[in-house]
Amino acid sequence: MAAIVNHRTSTAGSGLSLAAPAIVLAVVLGCIPLAFVVVYSLLTPASFGGVEWVASANAYRSLLFRKDLFSEELVFSPDHLMIFGRSVLLALATTVLCFAVGFPTAAYMASRSPRARKWWVLAITIPFWTSLLVRTLALMLIIGDQGLINGLLIRSGLINAPVAMLYTDFAVLLGLLYSFLPFMVLPLLSSLEKLDPRLLEAGADLYASRWRIALQIVLPNIRPGIAAGCLLVFVPALGSYVVPLILGGGRSMMAGDLIALQFGTSRNWPLGSAESVVLVLFVALAFALSNLVRRRAA
Amino acid sequence: MTKLKLALAGGLSAVALFATANAALAAGELHIFNWGEYTNPALIAKFEKAYDVKVTVDEYDSNETMLAKVRAGHSGYDIVVPGDYAVKIMIEEGLLAETRPNEMPNFKNIEARFVDVYWDAGRNYTTPWTHGLTTFAVNTDAYKGPADSIALLFDPPEELKGRIAMLDDMVSIIHAAERYVGVPRCTSDREELKKVYDALMKAKPYWRTYSVDSINKLVSGEADVAQTWSGSAVVVRQQLASVKFALTKEVMEAFSDNVAVLKDAPNLENAKLFQNFVMDPENAALTSDFAGYANAIKGSAAFFSADLKAAPELNVPADAATEFVPPCSAEVTALYNAMWTELRR
Amino acid sequence: MNRHLPRTFALFAGLSLVFLYAPILVLCSFSFNGGRLFHRWEGFSFAWYAKAIANEGFRDAAVNTLVVSTAATLLATVLATGAVIGLQRAGGRQQQFATALIGLPLVVPEVVMAIATLIFFSSLRNATGVDLGLGNLVVAHTAFCVPFAMMPIRAALRGVDPSVLTAATDLYASDTATRRHVLIPLLMPGIGSGAALAFMVSFDDFAMSQLVAGPGQTTLPVFIWAQLKRPLTPEINAMSTIMLVVSIALICLSMAVTARGKLTTR
Repeated sequence: MAAIVNHRTSTAGSGLSLAAPAIVLAVVLGCIPLAFVVVYSLLTPASFGGVEWVASANAYRSLLFRKDLFSEELVFSPDHLMIFGRSVLLALATTVLCFAVGFPTAAYMASRSPRARKWWVLAITIPFWTSLLVRTLALMLIIGDQGLINGLLIRSGLINAPVAMLYTDFAVLLGLLYSFLPFMVLPLLSSLEKLDPRLLEAGADLYASRWRIALQIVLPNIRPGIAAGCLLVFVPALGSYVVPLILGGGRSMMAGDLIALQFGTSRNWPLGSAESVVLVLFVALAFALSNLVRRRAA
Repeated sequence: MTKLKLALAGGLSAVALFATANAALAAGELHIFNWGEYTNPALIAKFEKAYDVKVTVDEYDSNETMLAKVRAGHSGYDIVVPGDYAVKIMIEEGLLAETRPNEMPNFKNIEARFVDVYWDAGRNYTTPWTHGLTTFAVNTDAYKGPADSIALLFDPPEELKGRIAMLDDMVSIIHAAERYVGVPRCTSDREELKKVYDALMKAKPYWRTYSVDSINKLVSGEADVAQTWSGSAVVVRQQLASVKFALTKEVMEAFSDNVAVLKDAPNLENAKLFQNFVMDPENAALTSDFAGYANAIKGSAAFFSADLKAAPELNVPADAATEFVPPCSAEVTALYNAMWTELRR
Repeated sequence: MNRHLPRTFALFAGLSLVFLYAPILVLCSFSFNGGRLFHRWEGFSFAWYAKAIANEGFRDAAVNTLVVSTAATLLATVLATGAVIGLQRAGGRQQQFATALIGLPLVVPEVVMAIATLIFFSSLRNATGVDLGLGNLVVAHTAFCVPFAMMPIRAALRGVDPSVLTAATDLYASDTATRRHVLIPLLMPGIGSGAALAFMVSFDDFAMSQLVAGPGQTTLPVFIWAQLKRPLTPEINAMSTIMLVVSIALICLSMAVTARGKLTTR
């Protein structure tokens, strides 16, 4: 034990130098945007994008209130709550769906030989070597009013008029599931690959059913992979904007769309920054919660 | 690990090579930043050949994207093609070079009404590229009724409810609402704004999508009416004859895109050559044919393709009213923002 | 492992593949559409391929995308691997803090990250005259690819039995030797997954590329986005199919080279 402690102190320095490049890059290109939004959220919008250096808390106020059209009074406006609420719900649903589909898939992949596994990883990745936009357009060809599914259903006589799937929350969820599935599968797979097979043997020897093995032995032992996968799905899904914009038809925005809008045609950078700060706080909250859960579990 | 290092070194040197290759060719270049699908490759090839200049064209999707990049400074671009209100902003912010197109040889070709424009009076900075109208188009296979009023967007007949595709453009949509309820553009009168707000909220359930490619929803059969630009309607009609662009009895929104030179342009002289070049009637016709928009160059129509010469979208009757709208004040824009967020929540 | 898992898992894996490939198959088959419209099938033709290959804008964007994604993936994977190994023995709190720092680019909305990076690079250019050209884009992509590359590697590290490493040090292997010959081979599957994720993220990036790219540096997603203004034609499908085939060919080539390298060293 003493030897290990000794070892730890002697190499901590060289270890940090290995990690330094990644940390420096993150500090430069991660902290700058963060500082940027915090500062900009407290300024006044310039007329056509950008900011004027006049301090103001208006951006935060307009997250919850807006000027009434008749009087100068501030009235409560639920717009932001609705958009952020929808984003959190959709991101959560995406995470759950990705896990429900991704866990069995990753577990099956892990059960293949290392050689076959390599091909499976490739097979999961290849569809993503086309542009996100193009994949999303392809999904539209399938679920559109005159798309493949409606075409088949109508031709088979099951329905007379097309079912509206495109431009609904269903379409957005489908698009997000599609976009983020590998972000769940690959981290799960890395954890599963390192799972000690003897654990499963022991379970089987005790006559545990296959489902019990999967749920009670495998799942608790791949917690790092689950945490990584959920994070890689939830966080980008929360801020995503191309998929909801195209598949949702731009009708019910998500937080990412809203922020992009403020920096784009709405030309309100401080409001966009304030919305970003809120989004970052949501993510921090998710981090803290997942940490808490992990510690409880351990 | 060594293999990884080797690969990394290879990747980095490839990048370095690219960077230096770009720098080495810097003489005789021109970097254009234009709207998507707006630059005729034939026009560029002709310019390259005439002046022995290598041209690169990159594309943007909104004035705001372009502005964000240009404002940051030293974007590396020489030419941008801002819309009318964006030109005004860019001149006010000192982002454009005063190239004096009004002293260029081809300036004589500009139609008189496009010289003293609100965004660049007397044309000290910019030359016209194209101009068009923003109303809407209908698919006449699906909708046979009249399409001569903007009311079709705000108070549609039963069969069109939920079959309308709008542009993802706050200003255009709210101005359309102002025209529908008959109040002035950028009004700050509370009573009038309330009318605009009510019209928008009433129309909200009728509108199926908001997107930059609204016209494509007519093609895919997901909408029967699409708020759109005249040029997009031309290009789509050429492929789907049932698409008809509406000229409304209400005053119609007009816009104009302009060739501007950035103050920090690395290739200022070539950029000036290009400004003069696009004022030539034959060259302006190349742009119109490609993009489906009219241009402000006298004698250019003679060089149009047969289809464009006859295009109903371009041959606007003399008595039709059109207007260019200057940008609204910051207070009004803030109110627009609130309405827009509620519309899209 | 398989014989202990529910049998339906194989079905799930199969369905995942069907789900992932259905749109890709539709996409590729519509590239042979002879008609002029994206949405309507009008007979078989190669015409759109000819048009796509002749399209200079597409060719430039494709090359830019491949160069940027490849360079950013390599850089991000190396940095992420370094970070995971380097932090492996750091204390709990220190490790948590460093990991959170590295994860920052993941947390900031992409539009914000893009605008801030744009302003950063232009200030750098104004202040020092340093302009890396396409390298700007590579650095920017690397920044948001590192967290994606790091997650699977970290997950793989948690599964490594510490006694293996102790055994190596007990046998007087130096730290560097232990890392190179014991730890990295053990982490290799995780590193592979991390690289795959980084490549996907970089290849797909739109917001960052749109704002940070300089003249002539347009990447494919930005190029395609600008095309949306017009009625879509099957040319877009042909372009995507070409990119897919080129990427697959590149990967097969690199796998073949690695395989041959292994054979000769053995």
